[in-house]
Order: sequence, then C-alpha cells, then structure tokens
Amino acid sequence: MSKKMKCEAKVQSQELLADGIYDLRLQVPFAGDVVPGQFVGVFPLNKATLLPRPISICEVDRENSVIRLVYRVVGSGTAEFALYQPGDYMLVLGPLGNGFPLEAAAGKRAVVIGGGIGVPPLLETAKRLSAMKGSKAPEKVSAVMGYRNSDTFLDDEFANFSELYVATEDGSLGTKGNVIDAMKEQNVPCDVIFACGPMPMLKGIKAYAAENGIKAYLSLEERMACGVGACLGCICKTKNVDEHSHVKNARICTDGPVFDADDLDM
Amino acid sequence: MNTSVEIAGVKFKNPVMTASGTFGSGMEYSDFVDLNRLGAVVTKGVANIPWEGNPVPRVAEVYGGMLNAIGLQNPGVEVFAERDLKFLEGYDTKVIVNVCGKTVEDYLEVVERLGDEKRVDMLEINVSCPNVKEGAIAFGQKADALFDITEKIKKVARQPVIMKLSPNVTSIAEMAKAAEAAGADAISLINTITGMKIDIYKKKFVLANKTGGMSGPAIKPVAVRMVYEASHAVNIPVIGMGGIATAEDAIEFIMAGATAVAVGAMNFHNPYATIEVVEGIEKYMQEQGVEDINQLRKIL
Repeated sequence: MSKKMKCEAKVQSQELLADGIYDLRLQVPFAGDVVPGQFVGVFPLNKATLLPRPISICEVDRENSVIRLVYRVVGSGTAEFALYQPGDYMLVLGPLGNGFPLEAAAGKRAVVIGGGIGVPPLLETAKRLSAMKGSKAPEKVSAVMGYRNSDTFLDDEFANFSELYVATEDGSLGTKGNVIDAMKEQNVPCDVIFACGPMPMLKGIKAYAAENGIKAYLSLEERMACGVGACLGCICKTKNVDEHSHVKNARICTDGPVFDADDLDM
Repeated sequence: MNTSVEIAGVKFKNPVMTASGTFGSGMEYSDFVDLNRLGAVVTKGVANIPWEGNPVPRVAEVYGGMLNAIGLQNPGVEVFAERDLKFLEGYDTKVIVNVCGKTVEDYLEVVERLGDEKRVDMLEINVSCPNVKEGAIAFGQKADALFDITEKIKKVARQPVIMKLSPNVTSIAEMAKAAEAAGADAISLINTITGMKIDIYKKKFVLANKTGGMSGPAIKPVAVRMVYEASHAVNIPVIGMGGIATAEDAIEFIMAGATAVAVGAMNFHNPYATIEVVEGIEKYMQEQGVEDINQLRKIL
C-alpha cells in the first residue's frame, strides 16, 4: 500500500452533473498509486470544521496525476467544495482505504453495482476490469446502476466499459425499483459483484449473492474522523473476530471500505 | 536551548505528546510523523480484556471540534503488549500507556501485567472517559473515589502513574488534590467535555450513544483554565491537553502550568500537527530568547 499524505490539490475543473451532484477533478501527487474503491478525505477551509470529508475516487488520470471526485452536497463542508473553481487549491488526505480486489473477477462474469452517491467508485472499477488482459481478464463486465429518478449521473460513461443496466425508484428510466430488481428482471449474468451504495442496498446484495452462490465485495460508508485507522470511529460489525481489533469490529477507513460480504455481520 | 522536561524521573526530549485515543499506538500516523521526534506516544486506552466499544455512529463534527463516543474499544492488554509495544520498541520516544477498566480489579490487572514491560515508561490511568457506562468516569467524578483508585493503583504500579482527569466536575482543583494526596506522580487534563448533538431533520441523536466527549480547538479555553487551576492546587506535574492545534496553543498551556502537553483531535485535521508543535515551540524559544522550556512553565 502506498504512503498516505495530506497535501494541496489543484482544482482542474468542476461541473454540476445532476441535482446536487458535482464532478471535481483534482491534481494530486498520489494519483498514480490509487486503486479503484479507495477514497480521499477532503478538508473544508472553514476554520470551524475539523474533520476530512470522505469522498470516493471516481476515476484516475495517471498521466496527468488527476483524480476525479463525484460527490453530493450534503452539508456545509460539501457546499464549500462546490464553490471551488479551476486553479483553486483544496486540502486532501489520501489515498485511503483498501479498494476492490479486481483479481477476484479473473475469468468471471463481473457486475459492478452502484446506488445513488455509491455509483462513482464503480466507474474506475469497471474501467480497470475492462482493461485487464489475458487470464486476469473477466469473462464479461456488466454495470447495474440505481438512481432515485431520471436525473442520473455517470451512467452513460459506464456504457464505455460494460454492459449497462439502470434502475430508478420512480421507474422513469430502466427497471422500476432497485438494483436487485434490475438484476432479476434483466437476468444479468453474474459470478462476482463489486458494489457501493446505501446500507439497505448492500444488505440486499449480500442476501442476493448468498442465495445465488455469487461472491460479493461491498464498499461501506460510515461517519469518520481520522480516516487512517487510529480513532476507531468508523467500524462495522464482522462475523468473526477481526485481526486488528480482536473484537468483531473492523475499521471501515483502513480495513475497508471494501469488505467480502461473507465477512460482514450486517 | 533545552526543550526537555522531566516528569517523575522520566526525561522527555520535548514536552509534546499525543493524546490518548487520537493516535492509536503510533502505527497509523507513522506514515506522516517521525515518532522519534515526539516527547512521548500516549497510547489508546487498554483494558484487561478486549472491549467492543459502542455502536456507530461514534463520531460527529461540531462547531470548532467534534464529539466522540468510541466507548474505549481495545484489543486487550495481551495483544497490546505483543503487538503495539513491540512496534514501539523500534522508536526513540517515551511510551505512556493509557489504562482503562470497568472495575478497580480490571485496572489493577492491566497495571500489574504492564509492570514488567520495559517499553512502558509511564502509565496514564483513564478515570475520565465519558462514553462507557461502567468504570472509567465513575472513578473520576468524586474526590474520594479518585483517591481510592489512585491509592490502589500506586500500590501495584511499577511505573510512575499519571491520573487523567475529567473536566466534567465541579472543582478540578479538588480532584487534582485528591490524586496528589493518594500518591499520583502526575495528572493529565482535560479529557473530553460531555456533549450532545441532535439531527433536527431525522429527529434523532447523531451519536448512537446519545452523548459523546467533545474535543477540538473549541474546548481550548476551558482546558487552559483547568490546567491553570489544577497546577496551582498541586505540586505534582501537570500534562495539559484540550484543543491544542499549534505551538502557540501548547505554550499557553505551559504558561498556565503544564510541564508537558498533548495534541489530540487536531491529529485528525492535521496529521503533522505534533511535529509542527515541536518545531513551533523551538522557533518561539529562539525568537523570544528562551534558554530552557522549563522557564516558561507556570509563569502566570
């Protein structure tokens, strides 16, 4: 794993992708080390704030040392991020977390599943999966993306790397319902799942995977403080005693955010 | 120029430590910080057996700081000794182990277990965590209970003992005196201030534990005041902490009476904070013509 750092990041571009969803590109020295599924902590400059905001890495441009963050404005910190313009500097902690085990897709029919603001980290995942060669390459890469309504984001980009299926809660686009409904309705071929999204969705995927003999890797989210594994703020319950904590808790920020669904007690 | 300080016969290369619970055992921050440059690493609280801690959410940001209710999750003293102390063996810094427990016997078991560990320079007894229902703060909010546990720990401890005090008391001076009278070698303060945050849209407490301990820059004035009161009430050394972000903050605590200081929640904001405080103190001393850091202590 590469060394973590807190550094200045130069804003390359920022645009609005959908209602409240922003697309931010940042130049960071560690871009080349990022693996899909990792995240960064972004610090608001507002002096009243203390903690980094964990944001998943959506895409990596190694050549230009740029990472792309697609995030939702949910509070005053992310509202501040939305104001940044090209040329501005932000403060970023990263790269954080473990990332998706892409090797688990070798020779398999892989499906990346995203829900809402869980969609972004699957883009780099799908991109790298589709670029894998030889015995490491998946047999097929599909993407199932779930949104509230037709105000979607990034779905068109998944079509470049995978066979795309969309689900919307209101039925305005694709399958009406959630990502599992889309999997069933479209009969999406699947041996291994890489997923990120809200907890109910991840629970549903874990159950679906267990029923169908599918391997699933889930990226979790929790309120975090340090982001580096020291404070024990962001734990999830595990089925067995965790190697680090020696209780049934794993640290989402460092042992995760990606876990084997079989290891989680959800 | 001398930046070293001494507490109960233990010599620290500088007065800058890490606050327990914010730095693990140093492993997680060794990507950012050369641990050899710290006065001491103060480890996360350890009990006799592994503790699961509280449900999530365990942390929340508040104006100028944060709340936490981790609940002293820890792997137990055996794993701690084999893994964390072994890791720290490679570093030239002092090690202060923070000890927690639910009963007096729990504390004594940990203190006895660590007695033979060469890597442990001092013990810090956590009688001030606001986030566990049994033990911890129950011993730290009444002077007679604090006296009693301090006396019992001192009887079995092989390393010097620091009692870590809670700010959630009526008189910090009274608590400091009780610790001193029972034989404590030093006191450290403040632990976090009990707080609460409510999500008005979800109509729920933000923390699963309802209450949490507040830390961060916003609590600094409270901490400075308490360090001042405590250090003027006792003759044993005081380790000051609470919202320290910069060398200027650290020097405030030293002038208020602290022999050493600890950086806590600010590590989360700035993982290089401890080293910046070390360097900032040196710079201040140079600029102000201070020969010895000890000349700054308790000057008010």
